[in-house]
Amino acid sequence: MTNKKYNALVKKYTPKENKVKYALTAFFVGGFVGLLGECLIRLYIMLFDISRNDASTYMIITFIFFASLFTALGFFDKLVAKAKAGLLIPITGFAHSMTSAALDYKNEGPIYGIGSNVFKLAGSVIFYGVVSAWFFGLIRYLWEVLV
Amino acid sequence: MILNFRNVYLDNVSTVCGPYEAKGPLGKNFDKKYNDLYAREKSFEKAEIRLLEDSIKILLKKTKLTSNDIDLVIAGDLLNQIASSCYGALNLKSPFLGIYTACATSIEGLLIGATFIDSGKVNNALISCSSHNMSSEKQFRNPTEYGSPKPMTATFTATGGASALLSNKPGKIRVVNGLIGTIVDYNQKDAFNMGAAMAGAAADTLYKYLKETDTKASDYDLILTGDLGKYGKEILKDLMLNEYNIDLSKNYNDCGTMLYDLEEQKEVMAGGSGPVCSALVNYSTIIKGLIENKYKKVLLIATGALFSPIMLYQKENILSIANLICLEAI
Repeated sequence: MTNKKYNALVKKYTPKENKVKYALTAFFVGGFVGLLGECLIRLYIMLFDISRNDASTYMIITFIFFASLFTALGFFDKLVAKAKAGLLIPITGFAHSMTSAALDYKNEGPIYGIGSNVFKLAGSVIFYGVVSAWFFGLIRYLWEVLV
Repeated sequence: MILNFRNVYLDNVSTVCGPYEAKGPLGKNFDKKYNDLYAREKSFEKAEIRLLEDSIKILLKKTKLTSNDIDLVIAGDLLNQIASSCYGALNLKSPFLGIYTACATSIEGLLIGATFIDSGKVNNALISCSSHNMSSEKQFRNPTEYGSPKPMTATFTATGGASALLSNKPGKIRVVNGLIGTIVDYNQKDAFNMGAAMAGAAADTLYKYLKETDTKASDYDLILTGDLGKYGKEILKDLMLNEYNIDLSKNYNDCGTMLYDLEEQKEVMAGGSGPVCSALVNYSTIIKGLIENKYKKVLLIATGALFSPIMLYQKENILSIANLICLEAI
C-alpha cells in the first residue's frame, strides 16, 4: 500500500475536532478570566488605594498564585484540558506550565530535577518573548531615530 | 518467516493494574489492583517498578516456583534504559534479557522466550512487561499535571505490570507459532494518533502470517491487536478488507478498546495503549478464555509505535512494528 493511499485511509477514520466549539469555549473562558482580572484590579484599587499599574501587578500575582495552587492540588489540569486556550493563554497557563514541571521533577532533586526542568515548557515562551522584545525594541528605536 | 514451536506451553500468567484499569470492564479479572497511581511509592517510576515486581511475585506464587527455578527472565517497558524492567527484575537474580519494541514488547518477549525453550537451551522463561500512565506522560509528552488538550485520537497509556511463564512442561495452552514483525513506515507524524501509525504494521504482520501459514482469518476464534484504539481499529479493518480481501468483521477486536469502558471513561480518549495494555487484556481475559475452552485458537498481535520524540522533532516519521503469536488450547 502506498503512503498516499494509507494517509487517505487514516484521514477517513480520523474524527473531525469541533474547532468552533473549542474556539468559543476558549473565547468565553478567556474572556471570563479577563473580566475576573479587571474586577480584581478595581477591588485592589478600592481596598488599598493604589495606582492601576500596581493593582494590575497584584492581580497577576493573585492569578499566578491560584493557578499554581490549583495545579498542586491536582485539578487545574482537568480544567485546562476542558477550557483549552482559555486558561492556557492567560498568565494562568504560564504558571500552570511551571508548577506542573516542578511537581513532576521534584523527585530528581533541586538541581537536576526542579532547577533544570521547571522551564521545560515555559522556556520557549521566555526565550522567544525576550528575542521578540529585542527586535521590536530595535524597530521602535530605529523608527524614533530615523523618522 | 514463521517461527514454529513444538513443545512450548504457556504455564501461567499474572496481572497487576492501576486505578483506571480496575474501574474498566475487565477490572475483576486482574490479580492485584492499586487504587493509587503511586502504588504506595514516592514516584511514578518507582510505582511502575513495583507493579512489575508484584506481577513477578504473584506469578511465582501461582506457579509454586522460587526465583532459583527461573532459567531466563525477559522484560521490557517504555522508560528510558528500560529502567522499570531492570529494577523490577533485580530481586529475581535470574539471567536477564532486556527488550524494547514499545507496545509490541509483550509478544516480542513471548517469541524470544518460546524460541529459547524450543531450542532446548532453557526449560522455562519468565516474560514481563510494564507501563505507567504518568511515567510515560512525563517521558514522552508533557509534565503529568499539565493539562494539555488532546485530540480524540489520543490514547491513554495503561498502568500495570504483567508476567507470563513459558515452559516446556505440557500444560493447557500451547504456543503454536509466531511471527516477528518488520519495521514499517507509513509516513505518519501525529504523536497523538498512534493508532494510525500502528495499524499499518498490524496489517503487514497479519497478512504475512496468514499467507505464510496458508490459513484464513476465520480459522481463528479471535484475532486481537494490542493498542490501535477506536480509530486505528477501523483503519486496520478497512485496510485488510480492501487491500488483502481479508474480512475482520466477525472475530477481531483491539485490546485498547477492551481495557476501558470508552463510553464511561472519557479520559482514555480513543482507548488504552502501552506495552501492558495488550498484556493485561491477554493475560487476564484471553488466557482465561483458552483455559475454559471458550476459545480454541487465538492470534495475539501486539502493535508498537516506535515513537522517539527526538526523531519526531527532527522531522522523521513515526515507525511502527507488530509482533504476532498464536496460542492454542489443548
